[in-house]
Amino acid sequence: MSLAEPIAGTGTPIATGTPEVDAAPETQSVPWPHRHLLDVDGLSADEIDLVMRTTDAMREVLARPIAKVPALRGRNVTILFYEASTRTRVSFEVAAKNLSADVVNIAAATSSVTKGESLVDTVRTIEALGADMLVMRHPASGAPYLAAEIFGGSVLNGGDGWHAHPTQALLDLYTIRERLLPAPGAAPRTATASGQLLAGRKVVILGDLLHSRVARSNIWTLTAAGADLWLCGPSTLLRGFEAWASRGAAGRRFTVTSNIDAALRDADVVMALRIQRERMASGLLPSLREYAARYGLTRARLAAARPDALVMHPGPMNEGVEIAPDVAVGTNSVITEQVTNGVAVRMALLYLLAGVKS
Amino acid sequence: MTADEIRRAVVRISHEIVEKQAGTSGLALVGIQRRGVPLAQRIAEAIEEHEGARLPVGALDITFYRDDLSMIAQQPVVKGTDLPFDLNGLTIVLVDDVLYTGRTIRAAMDALVDFGRPQAIRLAVLVDRGHRELPIRADHVGKNVPTSREEVVRVHLAETDASDGVEIERAPAGYGAPKVEAVG
Repeated sequence: MSLAEPIAGTGTPIATGTPEVDAAPETQSVPWPHRHLLDVDGLSADEIDLVMRTTDAMREVLARPIAKVPALRGRNVTILFYEASTRTRVSFEVAAKNLSADVVNIAAATSSVTKGESLVDTVRTIEALGADMLVMRHPASGAPYLAAEIFGGSVLNGGDGWHAHPTQALLDLYTIRERLLPAPGAAPRTATASGQLLAGRKVVILGDLLHSRVARSNIWTLTAAGADLWLCGPSTLLRGFEAWASRGAAGRRFTVTSNIDAALRDADVVMALRIQRERMASGLLPSLREYAARYGLTRARLAAARPDALVMHPGPMNEGVEIAPDVAVGTNSVITEQVTNGVAVRMALLYLLAGVKS
Repeated sequence: MTADEIRRAVVRISHEIVEKQAGTSGLALVGIQRRGVPLAQRIAEAIEEHEGARLPVGALDITFYRDDLSMIAQQPVVKGTDLPFDLNGLTIVLVDDVLYTGRTIRAAMDALVDFGRPQAIRLAVLVDRGHRELPIRADHVGKNVPTSREEVVRVHLAETDASDGVEIERAPAGYGAPKVEAVG
C-alpha cells in the first residue's frame, strides 16, 4: 500500500516485533549503505543512479514556490572549510537549509585552528557541539577520511587536496545526463541494463589535471558511466595519469594526450579545469599566456567538437586562461546549470546519508 | 472489496464530492503517492462522465514530510510531486487508498500548504480501517473496514498492481516493524 499509512505506528515504540504499521515505507530498490561520502570510487553504478534519481526529486522541490521541505528538520549540518570556496560551501549551505537542517558554518581562518587546534580536536569539538553531519574541505588529501574515523555522524567530502571532490563529480554527471540524454517520456533516463549511461559519448577534461581533485573524482564516475574519456593538457600537468590509464584499473579506461586538437575532435562534452596557481610549483608552465595560447578553450578550438557539445567548468574560472570569456557564457555553456544542479545533488546526498544510522 | 465494489465506491465518492461542492468549480483532486494517484484519476474520470467537467488532478509525495524520517533505517523512495495548477483558493480533495493512523494525511496537509493556500482541504479514501492517532477524519469513504492493528489492509489497483481488490490479512510476524540494520 506504499505510502497509504506507512508513517503509522511511530507514536508507539518501534522495533518491538509486533506488527503495528500498516505498511512499511517503500524502501529504495537499491539500498544506500554509505554513512560517509568521501569519494565516488566506492559507489556502485546502481548507487550513482539512485543519487541521480533522488536529485530529480530535489529538482522538483527547488521548483516549488517554497523550495523547502522538512526532511532534515532537527539535524545539525556543520560546514568546516579549511580552504576558500564560494559555490561548494554556499551550495551545501543552501542544500541543507532547503531540507530544513540547522546549519553551522566554520571558516578555519576565523576558528581556533589559527590557535593551533588539530583537525582531530576540531572534529571532536564540532561533534560535542551537536553536529550530525560534517561537510569539510581540507587542503590535505585524505583529511576527511581521518575525520570520518573520529566523527560519529556522516562526513561529506567537499574537496580534499588533489584527491577527491565527490559532490562535484556527481553534479557534473547529473548535468551531462540532463543535457545529453533524452527527455523523460522519450526514453528512460536511468542507466541501461549495462549501466552504460554515457556509452559512446566523448568527454574531454582539459587543463590542470595534476592538481585537480575534480578530475580525479570525475574519472571514476565518467568511466563508470561508460564515457569515452579523454584527459588533455600540457604533459607537465598530466603526470601520473598515463600510468593510471595504462593500468586500466577495474575497467577504468581513458585516453591521456597533450594533443588538444585530437582531444576536442567530435567531443560531446568539454570540461575545462582551472589552472590552480596557488598549488602550482614553479617550472610546470612557462607562463599563463603560453598556456592560454596552447590549451585555452577558445571558440575556434571548440569548433572541432560537436556543434551541440557541452562546455563545463567546475569553477572558479580564470577567464582568458583556461577558457575564453565568450565560450564561458556561450550557447554551449552549461556552467551556471552546474551550479544550480549542485544544490539539488547535495540535497540528494544529504538526504540519502541522513538515512544511514551510525 | 472486489473490483466491482471498488468501481462503485469510486463512482459514489465522485458524486459526493460534486454534491458537497454544489458543482465542479473550484475543485481539484490531489492523489497521495502511490495508490492515491490512480484513485484520484479514476474519481476525476467518473466526475467527467456525469458532470462533463474535467477536474485538475495532481500527485503528492509526502516522503519529505514524514514524521518518522529520523526513525527508519533507509530513506524511502521519493516518487515525485506534480501539482500542475495553482492551488490558491481551490478546494482540494486529497485522495488516498487507506486511512489508518492519519499520519500520512497530516504530512500531506503540511506539504499542500507549502504550495499555497487552498480554500479548503477535504479527504477521500477508499478504505477507512480505524485506529486514528491524530484528530483526522475522512469526508468521503469508500468502505469502513473494522480491523485490528495486527492486520494488514492490502489495496491493489490495476494501474500499480495489475488488478483491483482490497484484502485483509494477518500480518506476518514482525511485519511493519522498521528494520533496524547495522549499516555504514
